[in-house]
Parts: sequence; structure tokens; C-alpha cells
Amino acid sequence: MATMTRSSITNILAKQGILIAFALFIIGFALANNRFLAVDNVLGVIRSSAILGVMALGVTFVVISGNLDLSVGSMMSFSTIVVLDLHDKLGPLMAIPAMFAMTMCLGAFIGFLVGYLKLNSLIVTLGMLSAIHGLTLTYSGGKNMDIADKQGTWFGFFGRSDILGIPVPILFFAILAILLSILLSRTPFGRKVYAVGGNGTAATFSGIPRARIVFLTYVISSFCVACAGLLQASRSLGSQNTVGQGLELEVLAAVILGGASLMGGSGTVFKTVIGVLILGFIQNGLLLVGLDFYVQYVVTWVIIILAVWLDIAAKRGRLLSPIA
Amino acid sequence: MLSENTARLLKQGAIWGFIVLELIFFSVAGHFLSLSEGAFMDLDNMLLLLKQSAPIGIIALGMTVIMINGNIDLSVGAIFALSAVVLLDSMTWPIFDGLGDWVIPVSWLLALLTGTVLGAVNGLIVWKTGVDAFIVTLGSMLGYRGLVFMYNGEQPTSELNWTLVDFAEAQFLGLHTATWFLLACTLALWLMMNKTVHGRNAYAIGDNCDAAVNAGIRVGPHMLKNFMLIGFLSALSAVVFYSESGSVNPNDGSLYELWAITAVVLGGTKLAGGSGSVISTFGGVIAIQLLRKGLGYIGSDTETVNLVIGLILIAVLYLDRQLNRKGKEELRI
Amino acid sequence: MTKGTPALRLSGIVKTFPGVRALDGVSFDVMPGEVHALLGENGAGKSTLMKTLAGMHQPNEGDIFIEEKKVVMRSPMEAKAKGVVLIHQELSLAEELSAAENIYLGELPTKSFGRVDWATLYDKAGAILKRLNCSFGPKTIVGDLSIANMQMVEIARALTVDAKAVIFDEPTASLTDAEKSVLFDIIRDLKARGVGIVYISHRMDEIFTISDRISVLRDGAYRGTLITRDTNEEEVTKLMIGRSLDLTRNVQPAEMGDVAIAVKGLSCGKLFQDISFEVRSGEVLGFYGLVGAGRTEIAETLFGLRTPSAGQILIDGEVVRINSPVDAIRRGISLVPESRKEQGLVLGMNCKDNMTLPQVGDLTAGPFVSDGAEIAIFDQYRDKLSIKTPGWRQKVGNLSGGNQQKIVIAKWLSMQPKVLIVDEPTRGIDVGSKSEIHSLIRELAKQGYAVIVISSEMPEVLQVSDRIAAMYHGRLMRIFTSQEVTEDNLVQAISGLNSERVA
Repeated sequence: MATMTRSSITNILAKQGILIAFALFIIGFALANNRFLAVDNVLGVIRSSAILGVMALGVTFVVISGNLDLSVGSMMSFSTIVVLDLHDKLGPLMAIPAMFAMTMCLGAFIGFLVGYLKLNSLIVTLGMLSAIHGLTLTYSGGKNMDIADKQGTWFGFFGRSDILGIPVPILFFAILAILLSILLSRTPFGRKVYAVGGNGTAATFSGIPRARIVFLTYVISSFCVACAGLLQASRSLGSQNTVGQGLELEVLAAVILGGASLMGGSGTVFKTVIGVLILGFIQNGLLLVGLDFYVQYVVTWVIIILAVWLDIAAKRGRLLSPIA
Repeated sequence: MLSENTARLLKQGAIWGFIVLELIFFSVAGHFLSLSEGAFMDLDNMLLLLKQSAPIGIIALGMTVIMINGNIDLSVGAIFALSAVVLLDSMTWPIFDGLGDWVIPVSWLLALLTGTVLGAVNGLIVWKTGVDAFIVTLGSMLGYRGLVFMYNGEQPTSELNWTLVDFAEAQFLGLHTATWFLLACTLALWLMMNKTVHGRNAYAIGDNCDAAVNAGIRVGPHMLKNFMLIGFLSALSAVVFYSESGSVNPNDGSLYELWAITAVVLGGTKLAGGSGSVISTFGGVIAIQLLRKGLGYIGSDTETVNLVIGLILIAVLYLDRQLNRKGKEELRI
Repeated sequence: MTKGTPALRLSGIVKTFPGVRALDGVSFDVMPGEVHALLGENGAGKSTLMKTLAGMHQPNEGDIFIEEKKVVMRSPMEAKAKGVVLIHQELSLAEELSAAENIYLGELPTKSFGRVDWATLYDKAGAILKRLNCSFGPKTIVGDLSIANMQMVEIARALTVDAKAVIFDEPTASLTDAEKSVLFDIIRDLKARGVGIVYISHRMDEIFTISDRISVLRDGAYRGTLITRDTNEEEVTKLMIGRSLDLTRNVQPAEMGDVAIAVKGLSCGKLFQDISFEVRSGEVLGFYGLVGAGRTEIAETLFGLRTPSAGQILIDGEVVRINSPVDAIRRGISLVPESRKEQGLVLGMNCKDNMTLPQVGDLTAGPFVSDGAEIAIFDQYRDKLSIKTPGWRQKVGNLSGGNQQKIVIAKWLSMQPKVLIVDEPTRGIDVGSKSEIHSLIRELAKQGYAVIVISSEMPEVLQVSDRIAAMYHGRLMRIFTSQEVTEDNLVQAISGLNSERVA
């Protein structure tokens, strides 16, 4: 094509807008502060985004299948507390699989309610947010949880060590992202997740077991939450009951920022990673240029609305909504 | 299969039946388990319960209107906190030095204005951009909370005005000031939703948006008004609460959106919009507060409350679905 | 009756949608005090014309006149204010509100402070409902009403203004006979008051009962107007389908094999009862009947989407239980559903992914989806069904209706099913693709598939079927062989007219 038509430009903007915005951000901050792109700074940002990121990977599956998961924050608190508690009781080797099993049972329960009983995911996960929070408090008796012998355990490996100069949480996040990205984009299961979210009725009419697919997305989400809990516990070796509080909405923000539609059927693991990194780099960049830490929230707000707005505007072909 | 009318009655009465059940359960269970001397249904205890219901209750009333209209607002907790900061901080502003206690109405007005404006911002974005209210208010929940922190960092904002505390702690006809606010709001919103054109149109929009548009109802302004209303009510809730406590932490009010939505859903308001009632939401608020107090009363950990409420919410959803099933002939999609 | 000033007149209306010319220079008028029936097959442009009349669509060309004054109607509100009211086929009511509020939706009478003037509202709404002889009061919640009574509420809306023309879009689709006669009384009453009525239906008996004139649309164009008392069903049908029905169709009877699927006494609650039939491989069985006669529900039951309350399904002579589409697919039953966009396709996915969706789990290399295997299937069926698409990456939502339908058919053919059920194979598809799909269905039968075709279009069932099952109100009235079937006895069977004779 010799000439780019206007519509194809808007098309590209709509499709790759988030990548372009990300690039502009990086360039802007890099120009404003030469520390921004320094290796240790970049690694630091990714490392501190890893826990949020790991959770966002799982929620991506849930959102693509057309549902929501607001319970990941309190579920993460749960898994953190559980693994810390079991660490001293069973030893780290047994504590980790036990924690994964317990967390994934919760995920399976949510998946059962939303998938098989077809209950509204917003309310179910809202209820589970509260219920799991209560469960955690009951489990811990309301007290903070600490590992007794912080020096003598290898448990800190996941959150605290480096391999070849790269922090383990980053490796963990990267490997999980690659695996889940393959699962979503290359396997029949992934295809079915998109179909269920894109048009659940048509998926059923094509013989796809919708309930089971939805169920599995919640199991995956809870698996990721368990991973995040592991990273969190390993990094801090002690935790409050509310360590994950509020993360559910930040996670959702990252997934939406990555371009997944809440209607389901669109989004990718890669884009979610970009969404997570944008949140991380905004926070870091704003700090580096000397702005208040909390400005990041306001900036995130503006970016989320703009991202979704432009996406919708490109699809409907006009900027403002036609609602009278 | 239940007839339409029975199902309707059952749904409307359900929350009150639930409250009665709670009262009976905690009175009886408390008799055996409670460590405290007083009876559960002690008058003072109940009055206190009403008072404690007020902050979430006032917000939940607004949430009912928003949800009947077919939207949702996740930013209420942040609006609550920001309005509280404005309320307490503005009392110390030098320009108001000369006002004496007249600073109170001025600060109230400023706080309420803050809430209304923040709500209007949400409403305008939802209206003009066409972005889903869930996403818009998810964003502004973060954004408004950011403003709270930017205001005073992680420090609490405090200002105790004794005239104000006296007013907030006053009891009139036995009821606390906060309770009066809650009752007044319930009545006002009930009147609005049932007696005014705006209220009826809000129902129509949530019920069948296309039909409303085709009938010439202007959907946008109605949504905007409702977002302004819930902003105002979040601020009012802050005014009621912080007049007494006098100190606001920047994290205050987080998770209020979830509590409010829980109360609304317990009250039977339909998620998809079009149906629901502020009176039932009032019942939902009372039910939650009763559960909190009751569980404490029978000596179980206060932590269990979250667990129980979460499970009850899911159970209500399940029952609601069973009531609305069309029977065996239904297409299994 | 056709003299004087028309209440409503259209001239040369053209309406195009991307890729489709839905209305092609249609002219039409209705006199005050006249019932003017509008006929046409599905997709002939009736509903587009109605929406244009009611201000929901803007015509690209042509003019609309009310009492010979040229008007522009930008919204349903504006149309209503000018005296043109559409009674929707899909009811557009707020079901949680009262009848009165629905009747005055958007125009509630007010008092000071924006309060609703309930007394006036109930008075006015009550009066209208009384005028319609409704058995319910204005305070009744609409969601509690029967469909017929909901329709009364819709009609009551039309009476809140000084309507000059009222358009009924398939008003009897879900009414019982008693309710229907009430409706006809109302129409006669409106007529007596000098209102012009446009009546859309494809039930011949109704049209001959109620109308004064009949106009016919075909393929988006006006085909002529007949005076009801001077014409007969045959003449109207000829106009509708463009030729006399040629009952000696050029269907080559295919080589028939064994019975592939048999159904015995199948029932599903109130939806359909005691259905028995069998289809041989190589045979096309057509299901003909009105909307709501239970045809689609039978298909959905065979495909495992509904639980039958009684009866058996036999595949190759063996009784099978089908509890889900997964079961159905395993047994070799496949369904091309009625609604392409809602049930057939994931519009946001590309052509290849849609086509391979039911079998994607088998097209693997190791744990991964094999692109090669998928593309091979896509290429094979694109050529076989001559699907026109730029490539497999094309989003299926961007294809024309005919090509979308072919993707859905290909989706199932590539699974080599025994039984292929096609529900409304050519709904909303242009004429050229229609005949292509018809010959495709014949071709499939020849290849040995057992095919069930469900259609509301008589020419379609006549053209593709070896035998035709006529349905009426959830019952299978009769199965005609191609020798027996005539236009007459088929129409009678699906209108329940000869139900005594059959039973």
C-alpha cells in the first residue's frame, strides 16, 4: 500500500496503542532522568512488579473467559499466611505443596460456583473476597505470621536470591508468563477460553464444555495466586493478614490496561505483562522525576480510562458516546 | 414452580425474614454462649447498632440507586476518604479563622461539594466516553485514593471540634445523630425512587435501556445525576462519621465499596439493574451489622464475620438464581 | 377506501446497510381507516421498512409523508409525536415497572419538584386499558402479565397520542386464538376511529381476515398491491415468491441408505409433544411451521441442549442418551443453529478458528494446536464450499452473511457427522448465496448425510426436502412425501386447520 488510509492508522493505534503508549512513557522518563533505564533500576522495577504480575497472569485467563476475579487479593493473603504457618510446622518442603493445594481448592470452589452453578462472577468473587479474608483471620487468629528461624531456612530463595544476577522473582514471573502464554495461545484449552469469552452461547453450540473451561480458568487463577503468595512469603519471611488487600483491583487495572476487554474474548498474556510493567514503570518513573509517590495512582487512573476509551472509540468510529 | 407473585413477595420479604432469624438466633444462642450479662436485644445495643450502620448504610443507599440504574460505583470508599480529609482539614484553614463554630457548616458544605464533584466526574466520564462504569470507577477508585494520599501523605488528618463531637454524639428521641441521617436518607431516596420522574426513569433505564432510549428518555443526564448523588452520599457518610471521630487515615473507607455492594445485593437489588428498593437495602445494611454484632456477642471471633457474610452473599445469589429458573424446559446454555 | 389523503405514504424509499441493499425504492401507503397488510418472506425487507417508518432507521433516499405533508423522523419519539407508532414484535417494555408507567414511558405526568402525578397517570392509563377491554389494571407490574397482555400494553402506548398510523409487526406470533380475536377487535376499533393500520404477518388466514389491501415485498423491492376481497391466497403467494410454486421440483431423489436417526414420542414439556420421525442417510427431511411451533426446540433437544421429558432418540437403531452437545457430537449429530451471530460463530475470532472450533482438541501436535492441520481443513472446506474470504486470518464478523453461514456448515462437515441439522439455513442471506446453500444441502444428502432442514420459508423446504414435516403448536401434524405435498395442504397443516382430519 502506497498510502496509509486514516482508518488503518486508527486501527493500528487501537490495536497497538498500549505498546505505543508504553514506548512513549519509557522514552519520556528516560529523557527526564538518566537513571531510569539503568539496569539495576529496570530490574528493581520488574522485581517489585513480579507479585502483582504473577497474579495478573491468572486473572487474564478469567477475564478472557468473560468473568471477573476480585478474590485474588485476599486469596493471596491467605496463601502467604498459610505457607508461613506451615513452614514452621511441616518444614518448607511440605508447606509449599500443602499451601498450593489449599489455595487451589478455594479457586476450584469459585470455579464451581461461577462455572457449574453459573452464578455472577462479580458477586461470587466479592463474597469470596470477604470470606477468604475471614478464613485467613480465623486461621491466624488475627495475628501476624512470622517464620521463627529466618536465618536457618532456604525458604527465602524464591523472594530474595539472584540467579546469574537476575532476581529469582523476575525469573519466576518470566517463566510463568512464558508457560501461561503458551497455554493460552498454543493449546486447544487456550482456544476454548477465547471462544467461551468471545461468545459463550456459540461455544456451547460448538460442543465446548463451557462450565469446565470457566472452572479451569479459576483454578489457574488460584494457582497463580499461590505462586504470588509463595513469592511474598519468601521475600518477607513474615506477614500481616492483609498483605494482599486491595491488590485485586490493581491486578484488574493491569489486565485492563493490557487491553483485555471485560466483556471477554480478547487479551493476551503478553499484553497483560505490558500492563503490569506500565504500572510498575509509571510508579518508578514518577518517583525518579521527583513526583510524589501517590501521583502514580492518579496517573494510572487517567491511563486506564484513556486506554479503554480510545479502544472503544476506535471500534465505534467516534470519540464520544452516542448516548443522549 | 412458584407463581410470579409468591416469588416477588418472597424476595421482598426475604431480607426482613433474615433479620428476624438473626435476632432469634443470637438471642437464643447468646443465652447459652454469651459471656456478657445483657440480653442481645437490649435497646441500647440496638440503638448503637443503628448508629454503627450509618456510614456504610448511607453509601449503600446511593449504591442501590446506581445499581437500579444499571451501573456500579467502586470509588465510593475513596470519595468517602477524600471528603473526610476536606472536612477535617478545611476547619483549620486560616481563611476560616474568624468564623468560630460557623466553620462547621462551611466545612460540611465543602466536604459535600467535594463528594458531589467527584461523583460528577465519574458520571460525566461514563456518559461521554461510553466506557463501562465498572472500569471508570475502578480507575477513579485508584485515582481518588491517590489524591487522598497526595493531600497529607500517610499521615492522618485530624481536627477534633468539640461542638461537632457533641452534635454527633447527641441523641434525639433516643436515636443518635448518625441514625437520624441514615433514616432521613432512606426516606428521601425512597421518595426519589418511587415518587419522582427521575427515580422512575432510573428504573426504566436499568430495566430496558433500549426501550427507555426509544421512549425518548435521556439516559446520560439521569446517570450523571445518580453518580452525583452517590458522591454526595459518600461525602455525607464521611461527614456523619468524622464529625465524631475527628481523625481520618488515608486508607479509611477502603473496601467500603464492597460492603456497600454486599448490602445492596443482600437487599435483593438485581445486578443487571431495573429492580430493587432502598428500603430492602436498609434491611441489608442492618442484617450485616446485626451479624457483626451478633457473632461478637456469642463470643465467636469478629474475624468470622467476613467469612459468614461472604458465604451468605453467595448463598443469596444461589437462591435468587433458583427462584428465577424457568424450570426443566430451559435451554442449557 | 383507497381514495382521499393517505394517513401515511412512503415514496421511493432506499435503505442500504454495508453490503446489503435492504430496501430498493419501496413505495407504500395506508389510508385512514384501512388495514393494509404487508407481506414478504424473511429477509424481504419488512422489518427494515417498519423501522424506517417508525424513525429507527433513516432512509438513504425517498420521502415519507404524513397526511401528504413531508416529514423527517429522526427517532421513534419524533415518529410517535407525529402520529406514527410501531408495535414491536419483540416487546420493548420495562418489565419491573407498572403497566401505566410503561404506557407513558418517557412522558410521565408531573407535579412540582419532579414528582410523578400518579393520580393522573393511573387515570389516563386506566382509561386506555379500559378502552382496550383489558382485564388488568394500570398498577399491574408488566413482568407479571402474559405475553398477550404485554402486547396490550404496547398497543396502549400507541393510544396515548393521536395516532394517525399504527404499525403491527407480527402481532400474533405468540398469541392464542382467543387472544388473537381480542386483538382483531382492537384493530377494527382503531380502524373505525380512522386510524391507518399497517399489519405485518406471514399468516395468510389472518391477513385475509383483517386486511383491506395486501402489499408484497420481495428482496427489498415492492412487488405489487392487491385488494383483499378480490384476490386469493394463490395470487398472493405467487407475488411473494415470484413465481407459481413449482411442486415438481428438480430434486433428484438421492440414494437412500439406512435410517440414521429416529425419534420416538419425543416431548419437552410445553414446547413440543409426542414427536416421532426418522431420517435415512441420503435424505433431507424438511420441518416447516410457524415461528414458535417447536421446530427449533426439537433440534436443540436432539443436540443435547434441552432435556426431553419423554421419548427416545435412536442413532443407527440404537437408543442413545444425549445430555450435552458433546454427547451429540460424539454420536455424529451436528446443528447449524438458527441464529448465526449469536449461536453459530464467535464473531471476534478468525475464519479458521471458528471452522475448527469443535475439533480443535483433536488437531494437535503434541500438546499444541497444529496450525498446519487447521489450515489444511480450512483450505479444503473453503474450496469445497467456495467460501469467499481473503484468508483464514479474516475475522469472521467481516464476512457476508452467506459466507458466514458456509463457515458454520463447514465447521460441522469437517467433523464428518452422520446427521446434519440446519435451522433456517438462509435467514438474512442474499438471493445468490441462498441457491448456493440450497444446492449444497442437496449435495450433502447425495454424499450420504442424513439432513434435517428447518425453515419458515415454504419455497425453501419445498425445494430442498425429500419429505416435509409440518408442525403446529408443538405437534407434528403430518409428514408429507414430495408426491403428496401441495402448497394448500402444507399451509393447512401448519395453521392447524385440518388438525381434526389428521388426528
